[in-house]
Amino acid sequence: MDALDPLILARIQFAANISFHILFPTITIALGWALLGFKLAYNRAKDGAWMDAYRLWVKVFALSFAMGVVSGITMSFQFGTNWPGYMEKVGNIAGPLLAYEVLTAFFLEAVFLGIMLFGFSRVPNWVHTMATLLVAGGTTLSAFWIIVLNSWMQTPVGYEIRDGVVHATDWWAIIFNPSMPYRLIHMLIASALTVAFLIAGMSAWRWLKDGGGEGVRRTLKAAVYAAALLIPVQIFIGDLHGLNTLEHQPQKVAAMEANWETRSHVPLVLFAIPDEKARTNHLEVAIPSGASLILKHEAAGVVPGLDDYQGNHPPVAPLFWGFRIMVGIGMAMLALSWFAAWTIRRRGVDAMPRWLAHGLVTMTFSGWVATLAGWYVTEIGRQPWLVTGVLKTADAVGPVGSAMVASSLTLYLVVYAVLLTAYIAVLYRLARLGKAAPNDKPMFPVPTIAPGPAAAQEELA
Amino acid sequence: MTPFIDPWWLPVIFAGLMGLSILLYVILDGYDLGVGMLTRLEKDENRDLMVASIGPFWDANETWLVLGIGLLLVAFPLAHGLILTQLYLPVVLMLVALILRGVSFEFRAKAPPEHKQRWDHAFFAGSLLTALCQGYMLGAYVLGFDQSFTAVLFCLLAALGLVAGYVFVGACWLIYKVEGELQERAVRWAEISLWATALAMAIISIATPLLSERIFDRWFRLPEIIALLPIPIAAATLFIGLAIFLRRPLRTKDELSWVPLAVAGILFALGFVGIAYSFYPYLIADRLDIWQAAASPEALSIILIGALFVLPVILGYSILSHWIFRGKATHLSYE
Repeated sequence: MDALDPLILARIQFAANISFHILFPTITIALGWALLGFKLAYNRAKDGAWMDAYRLWVKVFALSFAMGVVSGITMSFQFGTNWPGYMEKVGNIAGPLLAYEVLTAFFLEAVFLGIMLFGFSRVPNWVHTMATLLVAGGTTLSAFWIIVLNSWMQTPVGYEIRDGVVHATDWWAIIFNPSMPYRLIHMLIASALTVAFLIAGMSAWRWLKDGGGEGVRRTLKAAVYAAALLIPVQIFIGDLHGLNTLEHQPQKVAAMEANWETRSHVPLVLFAIPDEKARTNHLEVAIPSGASLILKHEAAGVVPGLDDYQGNHPPVAPLFWGFRIMVGIGMAMLALSWFAAWTIRRRGVDAMPRWLAHGLVTMTFSGWVATLAGWYVTEIGRQPWLVTGVLKTADAVGPVGSAMVASSLTLYLVVYAVLLTAYIAVLYRLARLGKAAPNDKPMFPVPTIAPGPAAAQEELA
Repeated sequence: MTPFIDPWWLPVIFAGLMGLSILLYVILDGYDLGVGMLTRLEKDENRDLMVASIGPFWDANETWLVLGIGLLLVAFPLAHGLILTQLYLPVVLMLVALILRGVSFEFRAKAPPEHKQRWDHAFFAGSLLTALCQGYMLGAYVLGFDQSFTAVLFCLLAALGLVAGYVFVGACWLIYKVEGELQERAVRWAEISLWATALAMAIISIATPLLSERIFDRWFRLPEIIALLPIPIAAATLFIGLAIFLRRPLRTKDELSWVPLAVAGILFALGFVGIAYSFYPYLIADRLDIWQAAASPEALSIILIGALFVLPVILGYSILSHWIFRGKATHLSYE
């Protein structure tokens, strides 16, 4: 395919926009609940260390939320500017789902965010806690509707086609389509793990610098425990999600495993260079019967291969590698979080070996990488379809020319690179500015209902 | 599911809801963007205060754009594709500008002090470019996406017109939200931008009927013209009345500082009603009407059920938020 093919350019542009966008909801979905947790912990004991943690991470939340809002607006225009065929064909289903997302979730977050961020001294404490709850609920509800639509595009049900246009016949079936529950839970836990490693990594970084305050130790411990508890759940859910995909989109799983022919005793390929022209793998390293065991739970299990779907399956290499990157990071998360949790439980945060803290710092943004890799697998894995069996990606693209798309794509990429650099730099700056305190002495005199001491006020524009 | 009301009405209702969202967006994000452009005229403390005056609101205000465009997308999928592919370049520029505006809001307060100025520049540039692009799109939309040289000139004029309009409503917002010397300067900004806004509205009002015979007939035909005359008359009266109001010292009667903002809102609404009346029932002038562009009645009714429950709630908590942060702006903090 020509590199300047408008279809490829439009796809790269959509991928760039949605990849940039998903980074921030991945953080805000779970960080909203983490903040609610910090707030409730503070409410229970009026313990200032938890409020320190809240004040630091609410800033990260505000920044991430703003990045998510502005990049999300880009998404809602993208359908019209580059993919008009999508709404023309499936608008009757995608429309209501997107409308419900905006109506129920987006506004809820945007309005109560103001109270959550700036309202602590203006409203009673319980209203502030409630605003935090509504914002966290809003982000999760938003994720729900978007995942419903995405899953319906993967495994469409509950519709009929009249005059070439898709019409809904059963909304219950559309919302609870076969892959939705697995994808939703997998994504929510992915968000929780991303935030857990973000908090653990930033806290460990601060701890390595100067020990940080009581708030830093609290959040480090909470984040490591949360990660250690959630990662096995995530691996289990991921496995169920994979089995569900095998049932509904077998060609996707075949590409993930680089399995070319339908057979029994399919090996689990650990390393290979898939060759789509020769339809085989080079330099393959594999565990005999491994894939059959995982996917069919018996060594003789027959697993569908790519040759059954010639000309109608996704590209193999990105799926194969994307899947391995995601699983590899998952395994690293498992090892690191369990070892860290075990060390902290036995000896406390301050006795943690420095190399372990460095390990947590290295893994700060690992959740992002794993989440993106996972989404690439599931989205590229849907190709050549935009809506499986209903609409091909190539049939939805708009009439905008290559040069125009290339310029807008370049513009987006430059802006995104600058913003991502600034975002990460500011995160470290916020972590550095957080308070340091001698052991076991919270920096904050316990505030009563309303404002904290003036000295602690950091001005926000 | 079967539609619960006459399917003929569904596109009409959605056109109304979409219009309402876009009008609310233009007024609400209009004051944000106007304040953003005006920050250029102040420094340090005052600039921070101006930014603080819109801090708790901009997120929610911008969401009306998502709702307006979202309704176009979901209720009129055909028009959404046609309009946005025609406006590709200004849309992309506007999105980049909105991104810059939104994030520099956060970054200017959280980045190291030596970078603050850079984010202030981005905040100003983002606000200005957003207004220019939206004005250009308004012009292009009114002209039915004509690409001729005169058409482009008209669009550029409309771009400047909307900048003036947003600066006007932004200055009125500041009159309401700040006090003292800064408020006096805001009065002056409002006085100047008021006339620019009036001029822009007059030009667009005159140009639109001249461009289309159908629109000309809708306005200048008996008995309609008698029923319609109150719109331009009311607009002119409000412009002149506000100009007189702004000339008188405000400090002694600060309880009336909300008046300019309310008048600006009504003026925007009048302009909007004028454009809406000219176009109805077309979404794209003389080419595509709301029934041709609409999604299926089943899809529309399922969205409508949600919208009827949720829109009053959204309005309710937008008002709640404005009430909690009522009164004069203070420096914001996370306390």
